[in-house]
Amino acid sequence: MKLVDSTLLAVLRDPLSMRQLSQEEWTLLVRQGRAAGLLGRLGARVIEHDIQAAIPVPAWRHMRAMLSIADKQRRAVLWEVKQLSRGLIEVDAPILLLKGAAYAAAGLAPAAGRTFSDIDIMAPKAALPEIEKYLMLSGWVSEKLDEYDQRYYRKWMHELPPMTHLRRGTNLDLHHNILPETARIQTRPDLILAASQPLPGFPNIYIPSSVDQVLHSATHLYHEGEWEHGLRDLSDLDCLLRAYSSQPNFWHDLIARARELNLTGPLGHALSHTRALLSTPMPETIARFGNSGGLRGKLMDSVFVNGMASAHPSMRRPGTGLAQLLLYVRSHWLRMPLRLLVPHLAHKAMSGNKKGQSDSLSQKA
Amino acid sequence: MKLGELDRAALAKRLRDGLILETGPFRTRIFSHAPEVIAGLSLLYSDFTVHADGFYDFHVKVDRVRGPRRFFHPQITFNFDGIEPFTPLPADHAFASLEWGLNWCIAGHAHHYLMLHAAVLEKNGRAVILPGDPGAGKSTLTAALTLSGFRLLSDELTLIDRDDGLLVPLARPVSLKNSSIDIIRDFSSQAVLGDAAHDTHKGTVSHLKPPAESVRRSNEKAKPAFIVFPRWKADSAARLTHHSKADAFIHAARHSFNYELLGSLGYDLNANLIEASECHDFEYSKLSDAIRVFSELMQ
Repeated sequence: MKLVDSTLLAVLRDPLSMRQLSQEEWTLLVRQGRAAGLLGRLGARVIEHDIQAAIPVPAWRHMRAMLSIADKQRRAVLWEVKQLSRGLIEVDAPILLLKGAAYAAAGLAPAAGRTFSDIDIMAPKAALPEIEKYLMLSGWVSEKLDEYDQRYYRKWMHELPPMTHLRRGTNLDLHHNILPETARIQTRPDLILAASQPLPGFPNIYIPSSVDQVLHSATHLYHEGEWEHGLRDLSDLDCLLRAYSSQPNFWHDLIARARELNLTGPLGHALSHTRALLSTPMPETIARFGNSGGLRGKLMDSVFVNGMASAHPSMRRPGTGLAQLLLYVRSHWLRMPLRLLVPHLAHKAMSGNKKGQSDSLSQKA
Repeated sequence: MKLGELDRAALAKRLRDGLILETGPFRTRIFSHAPEVIAGLSLLYSDFTVHADGFYDFHVKVDRVRGPRRFFHPQITFNFDGIEPFTPLPADHAFASLEWGLNWCIAGHAHHYLMLHAAVLEKNGRAVILPGDPGAGKSTLTAALTLSGFRLLSDELTLIDRDDGLLVPLARPVSLKNSSIDIIRDFSSQAVLGDAAHDTHKGTVSHLKPPAESVRRSNEKAKPAFIVFPRWKADSAARLTHHSKADAFIHAARHSFNYELLGSLGYDLNANLIEASECHDFEYSKLSDAIRVFSELMQ
């Protein structure tokens, strides 16, 4: 998997190597980091390792700028979560924060320097009408969708149509599952909710257990097809795995939980790619679990790695365009069976796919 | 090396391979084949330093849009490292589009500064900030002061260093609109103005070349001393009046590109700026009066 041997990957693997970069490598690193959404994380690594003095001032300025943005988003998300906690305290169901919002609100390993654009929350499906009603009354509105798109989300997807706050412009996705209702593999959102942990200071707000954080991040990365953020998401996984690997029995629990939730597929890819691209430390037995092996496994690896290389023009390879197309097709293939997918794509083609609408699920930031 | 040392052919070649241009604290690698860009840079940026290699902040392209349309209605597009933030513009707006694009790069990325939408000039070691409400005549006044011996730090973007609260120079061409273009041409025979771009979203736009002295001193930060809110009013006598500091604070925060983003740091930087600055309203009708008032104020 030598495909994306970029400056950015080298620095993610070994942050201390930032002390030895040439001026030209710095230019490339800032460009790649900015495009991949990882410049803030690099800034956080500089602070963590206390190597500011070795970073050229003009490059460090860009990292500080990104750290300021990340910090502002953390303040904003804490405020939104506080409002949700107050407003939804009466709802007899836990509200689970996912991904970026969970990392930022709970100060988890990937939070430092990370930027994000949506707040993702999950709740039991039965509680959705009540939560949606509260959200609408407090100023959250869905983008205008036609009846077809409404049905697409509500019948087949794992989330309601994306909502935006009227005044604040914040984006919110309300999920009841981590995979679409129609997906080829099915998981158990009830178990994820049951194992979640309360977020101190925010009544009725929860975050997933550590193993479930890893499994959801992996599932999101390998199923949603948001490959322009692929490398950022893979780096999130690297942060989570490094942070939790010291917990007793972590690796054993992770594999057992993946089996229980039927998510061994995405976990296998995640382990294989974090180790190959980011040198994430893991026991040999776990690394073997990740290796899919065989020609098909090698081909898929090459496609995924090419997808992650799509973040910046300088990282693209001759196969990157084809890989993006294959990943796009794959994300739809995984999302619903052909008997639904073919009519869906036909409808989108006929209606001219106005601004991507329901398809924006796979495109959104 | 100064850009002016390159002849047209050499500049065109450098722009094909990516010319690294230094403007204040930023270096931008510019790729372009557009004759308007070559002409604009060679006229207005001749005193600026260019680099052959080394670190640069922004990677931009200004080039023709491909496709059949180019034969009957040629357009150009501004590209930031693979992203096209603006809709394509008519080809003869290429240089203006580069200027707007450079502003966009800074306003969208340079959050290591507190950025205000205001002009800055300096004299005798003290700087004046001119916040710009649309139509207040900020750019015209800035251009006239620039041509009267005041050092130009910036005509659009006030950059405040987060580490020392000082104003960071970003001397670049001053953007003039519509009737201001002729007013400045009449004001000074030394005014060097670039080719006008007509029918832009701001009307007709032309850029004034910054004085060599201002460009040469682009690494000298300045201490804030005054905030003056200019207002051009027909037939009025030039006069300065007191402007409340509380209002100046709110105005600066509201007209900042990233005040909220910077949180408590933004508050502190803004508070220190207002604390250090005398705040005035300024009404005027004649540029010559304005120059006299500013010269007296900043002695």
